[in-house]
Amino acid sequence: MKVAKHWRETPERYRLEAGKCKKCGHINFPNRLICPECGAREFETIRLSGKGKLETYTVIHTAPDGFADLAPYAVGIVELQEGVKILAQITDCNPADLKIGDPLVTKFRRINEEGKTGMIMYGYKFVPDNGL
Amino acid sequence: MDVGIVGYGTQIPRYRIKVEEIAKVWGADAPSYKKGLNLNEKSVPCPDEDVATLTVNAARNALLRAGINPMEIGAVYVGSESHPYAVKPTGTILAEALGICPHVHTADFEFACKAGTEAMFVALHLVKSGVMKYAIGAGSDTSQGAPGDALEYSASAGSAAYVMGADNLVAVLENTHCFMTDTPDFWRREGAHYPEHGGRFTGEPAYWKHVSGAVNAMLEKANMKPEDFNYIIFHQPNGKFPAQAALKLGFKEPQFRHGLLTPVLGNTYSASSPLGLAATLDVANPDDKILLVSYGSGAGSDAFIFRTTDRLLKVRNLAPLVRKQLDEYKVYLEYGTYAKFRRKILKPE
Amino acid sequence: MREVAIIGIGMMKWGELWEKSLRDLAVEAALNCMADAGTDRIDSISIGCMSGGLFNGQEHLASMIPDYLGLKNTPAMRVESACASGGLAVRTAYMEIASGMADYALAIGVEKMTDVSGGEATYGLATAADQDYEAFNGINFPGLYALMAKAHMHRYGTTREQLADVAVKNHRNGNLNPNAQFPALMTREQVMSSVMVADPLRLMDCSPITDGAAALLLTTVEEAKRIGKHPLVVISGIGLATDTIALCQRKDILKCPAIEIAAQRAFKMAGKTIRDINFAEVHDCFTISEIMIMEALGIVEPGQGGPATSAGHTALDGKFPINTSGGLKSKGHPVGATGVAQIYEVVTQLRGTAGKRQLANAKVGLTQNMGGSGGSCVIHILEVKS
Repeated sequence: MKVAKHWRETPERYRLEAGKCKKCGHINFPNRLICPECGAREFETIRLSGKGKLETYTVIHTAPDGFADLAPYAVGIVELQEGVKILAQITDCNPADLKIGDPLVTKFRRINEEGKTGMIMYGYKFVPDNGL
Repeated sequence: MDVGIVGYGTQIPRYRIKVEEIAKVWGADAPSYKKGLNLNEKSVPCPDEDVATLTVNAARNALLRAGINPMEIGAVYVGSESHPYAVKPTGTILAEALGICPHVHTADFEFACKAGTEAMFVALHLVKSGVMKYAIGAGSDTSQGAPGDALEYSASAGSAAYVMGADNLVAVLENTHCFMTDTPDFWRREGAHYPEHGGRFTGEPAYWKHVSGAVNAMLEKANMKPEDFNYIIFHQPNGKFPAQAALKLGFKEPQFRHGLLTPVLGNTYSASSPLGLAATLDVANPDDKILLVSYGSGAGSDAFIFRTTDRLLKVRNLAPLVRKQLDEYKVYLEYGTYAKFRRKILKPE
Repeated sequence: MREVAIIGIGMMKWGELWEKSLRDLAVEAALNCMADAGTDRIDSISIGCMSGGLFNGQEHLASMIPDYLGLKNTPAMRVESACASGGLAVRTAYMEIASGMADYALAIGVEKMTDVSGGEATYGLATAADQDYEAFNGINFPGLYALMAKAHMHRYGTTREQLADVAVKNHRNGNLNPNAQFPALMTREQVMSSVMVADPLRLMDCSPITDGAAALLLTTVEEAKRIGKHPLVVISGIGLATDTIALCQRKDILKCPAIEIAAQRAFKMAGKTIRDINFAEVHDCFTISEIMIMEALGIVEPGQGGPATSAGHTALDGKFPINTSGGLKSKGHPVGATGVAQIYEVVTQLRGTAGKRQLANAKVGLTQNMGGSGGSCVIHILEVKS
């Protein structure tokens, strides 16, 4: 029952909150205590746009626990406008139609749950950017 | 002071299932369902969608049109009969996703299909009372119909969210009236997976009595006649009831045409009339009069009279239109995938 | 620092070893190793095991394994770097000898993966990825490598057939290895028609779930000479490097700095370049991995791993044999044991005792052991000292 662990990730999962290094401008998602580029320790909290281009993707057929209902589903690495890359599922699409370079946008979606009576975990997934 | 809608937004899932597909499995006569309900297909939520996700996405769209500082929202209310948790509010998830915690009020509403307009009613009146600058009222559902039951053809999913405020309005609230009695037409007991209903009892003593009761009282209170309205939206459990009720009450088809979504959407329960209102706002002109009448089993109706403003035209295209979410990029499911998505299949624990 | 030699090697046939427990496997490998070394003198033990906790509910292997080896009171530690735990255990054993902390150091790699269900094993393996930003979003290890495979195919034109040829070649080698889990030969068609796991990777592109262990006994070169070990196999270079745990945080997801930098460090220590290496055991957890590792090590130019494989350059009789043991794909991949078994194979080749899979020209070998999607890598260079 990992309630605290999931609750702690709320700012990142619900709002795509990231940390922009005050010294070198590098954006960390998730935020960190130490900038991996310049070693500085001070960050400004920003919210990522969630808009980006598909860098690579795969279609998962044998799904990990809790994800079977959606299999086969696409997971991709998307480079956001801000230059940050994030990994997430791509939903509301036919995986066969995806192409590297496609424009995608994030939506708030249900990611998993701890069984039928346990906690529900929400987060971000990508959808094709067609203005819906 | 004037209060009303500052911004509105919606979210409808991409998946659909046709009446024929459901009828095929249960050996039912599809044409008679389609005709009897004036219903062709309904929306189906993806396994990764629920009332929380639909509401968050609808509310984010509403904020795009509202153009306000979200930190000035004093309360968020979500009405649904399929909240993700039986105990733990959907409103807290919405507030956290919008980033407006912790100095904000929330409560979850339920009253069968009128939980959405309840949320809207309370949001409007809190702003009117002067205790807060903005409040969100949203109606969302991912309701289920029992397999093989008549309600399976129509129970669908969607969300509409409204940012209520006192300035920069797209629609001014002119009047409200609520009509409510204790009527056992449709209910779901704690722990039951599917709701039960009173069959034909759900017509005259329930839907008709409360919708007409609310409309008649509203018209009298506001000193208005049916022909004074440009648009009307009634709660739409199927494509028939709202049309019959409207015609019987003296309204005409062009008035309810744009707000009647059920034929291609199904019954989105707490989002039903709120989505009809959003679809109407998508096409209305400034200074149009709109009558919104919801219905919730148990039973009651909330009536609202809105008058649109110039600002509606300025902000309308800042978020997706209802018809775009309804008509574009639809994906049709066959019954097996639909049953899997809606967790109607018994799986091992 | 003292020079270090390997005087004993031990393992067993890997597979689904229902009758053997975690401690049984570790002891068996160690006993085989000590028999091979001709001595049972051990001053310290380094244990590589990715997760006794998740796969077996058993931690504190540092206490259990000396205990069950009949060596209680011996200094011991367990080291972990996901699938690079084995290579890391050899490095720590090396450090014990080189520094003078011990004269005889035993490195054991062990993993018992079949006491849990397939789903639980997959969950355990997935803990090598970023739990909150990768695994949480529904990706698993085949998926992470599939992301790289698709990008590799997009950028370099690597084909589905070239990926399959890695598996075909490794099974051809494993067919000659009595310790391999899956020695059956495999055709390209069988690989490409196996069930899809994470597009484009299919079941036969993926290394299996395996129980197994391997052990090495290290001592100083001086001591090895004194007891008359011949041929004298020494570790002449080691490189260890780390990189981002999450794949998407790498600047170029087709470049593995952990491999490149570990290799640079190993080459520098050994005074060698890739051109001095005759053969290698690399971490083919997936077929695409072997292709990318060849490129990262500089065996081929970027993008040329696929064509080189299909042209037979990495076969037993090729220009640069890779995974003469059968690799992770055919030999098996008991996670913590793999890095140790890679060195077992290189030592076997250098000694000339590899039987049907013996290379004609085995003088300097390299092992490359990697954790997760490239978050850590340890490389050893071994050669015969005259």
